[in-house]
Formats: sequence, structure tokens, C-alpha cells
Amino acid sequence: MIEVSTDWYLTLAAVLFSIGFIGMMIRKNALIMFMCIELMLNSVNLTFIAASRHFGTIEGQISVFFVLVVAAAEVVVGLAIIVSIFKKQSSASVDLLRSSRG
Amino acid sequence: MLDILLFAVPAGLVILGALIVIFAKNPVHNSMGLVLTLASLAIIYITLNATFVAMVQMLVYAGAVMTLFLFVIMMIGVDKPDQTREEIKGQTLLVSGTLFILIGIISYVVIKSGFKWDLWFPAVDYSLEGTPDLIAGSLFTEWVLPFEMISILLIVATSAAIALAYDTKPKKKI
Repeated sequence: MIEVSTDWYLTLAAVLFSIGFIGMMIRKNALIMFMCIELMLNSVNLTFIAASRHFGTIEGQISVFFVLVVAAAEVVVGLAIIVSIFKKQSSASVDLLRSSRG
Repeated sequence: MLDILLFAVPAGLVILGALIVIFAKNPVHNSMGLVLTLASLAIIYITLNATFVAMVQMLVYAGAVMTLFLFVIMMIGVDKPDQTREEIKGQTLLVSGTLFILIGIISYVVIKSGFKWDLWFPAVDYSLEGTPDLIAGSLFTEWVLPFEMISILLIVATSAAIALAYDTKPKKKI
């Protein structure tokens, strides 16, 4: 009888993080890159909850709560930046952002 | 058997949604893939006894954050196909080479250890149900300082978004 252990959840979180990272590297649209950041944050959340279950404590779930709020704040600011970039160059491609070079 | 199914089906949907996010061409499809991933993750959270976090995941992520994404997609429109062409020379080759090496190393380490993560401590035999009761009891006593700092962060983010979206220069008549 195979039992679903914490290892399985950690492997799933690792796969999800890798997919998010690959997407971050291969896509050039800023919106899609934001979605890939969300994927990576969610894989971290899954790790927290699996650890919370593994150790029988509630702190993992509270950490997830904080990660969620930080992700929401990040999305709000990031999307505002994307909209203002789009107003300037009418494209959301990050390759065209040469103007922000120092 | 049932618990394996309850893990395998949402896990497959999570990976499917994540692949849709990074490979679909239309941004609306990408965001729908993200919704699929987030909803399946909520199911996994429920099987991990984190019911309150699962509900918050559905409301905040799959509800509010995805609505924000869709709003912005509708505002700036879907990508034109010529935007996918390469602007920086040799970028695709460099990125795919790096990714190939990285994924090779990670898969080697994971497969060599036989998908066993060295977790140091054995799993506890009781299970803690993540009810709002239990979470609030810890959040409002032990973790009240981070909780208050989160409120400051949200206010700063809101005012930053307003400042970014607000046009200071008057519009020129065309």
C-alpha cells in the first residue's frame, strides 16, 4: 500500500517552481512573466502547507497567509507599472525597455 | 487508493495549468491556465487539512488577483505576433542552454535520491485542521506584529498604484 507522503508534495512544488522559472526565462511579455512569478509563489505556498502538515504546526499556514498578501500587493504595483509602460511604448515586451537603462 | 487519487488528479491539473501558462499564445488562455492551477492547488490544500487557506486561495487568488490580470489584459490588448521576435541577439540560445544544464543537475539530484527528501524529522501522526479559529488564535496573539506590518504594506502598495496610474501631465490635444 503506497501512502501519500510529504515527499510527493515537495516534488510537486519543485516541478511547479521549475515550470514558473522556465516561463520567466523564455517569455518576453511582462504580463506572462508576472503569471510565472505567481506560479513560483504558489509552489512556495504548497511547500509551507506540506511542512505545516508534516510537523503538525499552524505556523506554515500563517506564513502562507503573509505570502498571499505580499503577492497581492506585488501584483497591484506590477500591473500599474505595466500599464504605464504600455502607455509609453504601446507594447508589454520587456526587451523594448532599453529606456530604463541607467 | 482514494488519497492517491485525491493527490494525483489535482497534481496533474496543476502541472497542466502551469504548462498552459507558459506555452499558450493568447494572454487570456494564459490567465485561464493560471486559474486552473490555483483552483487545483486549493483542492490539494484541502487534502492537506488547510481548509481556511484553501478558501482564501480561491477568493483572493483565483478571484481578485485573476480579475486584476484580466482587467489589464483587456486594457492593453492581446499581443501582436511580431512582438515575439527576438530583440536581443543570441538570447534564446543562451537561455535554453542554461535551462538545460540547470534542469539536468536538478533531475540528477532528485532521481539519485529516489524522490526522497531528507526531512530530518518524521511526520507527526496527528493532523491539525487549519480552521479559522485556530489560525486567528495564532495570528492575533503571536503574529500580531507581522499582521500590522502587512496592513502598512497594503496601504503603501495602494498609494503606489494610484500614483503610478495618475497622469500628472495634462493631455495634449491631437
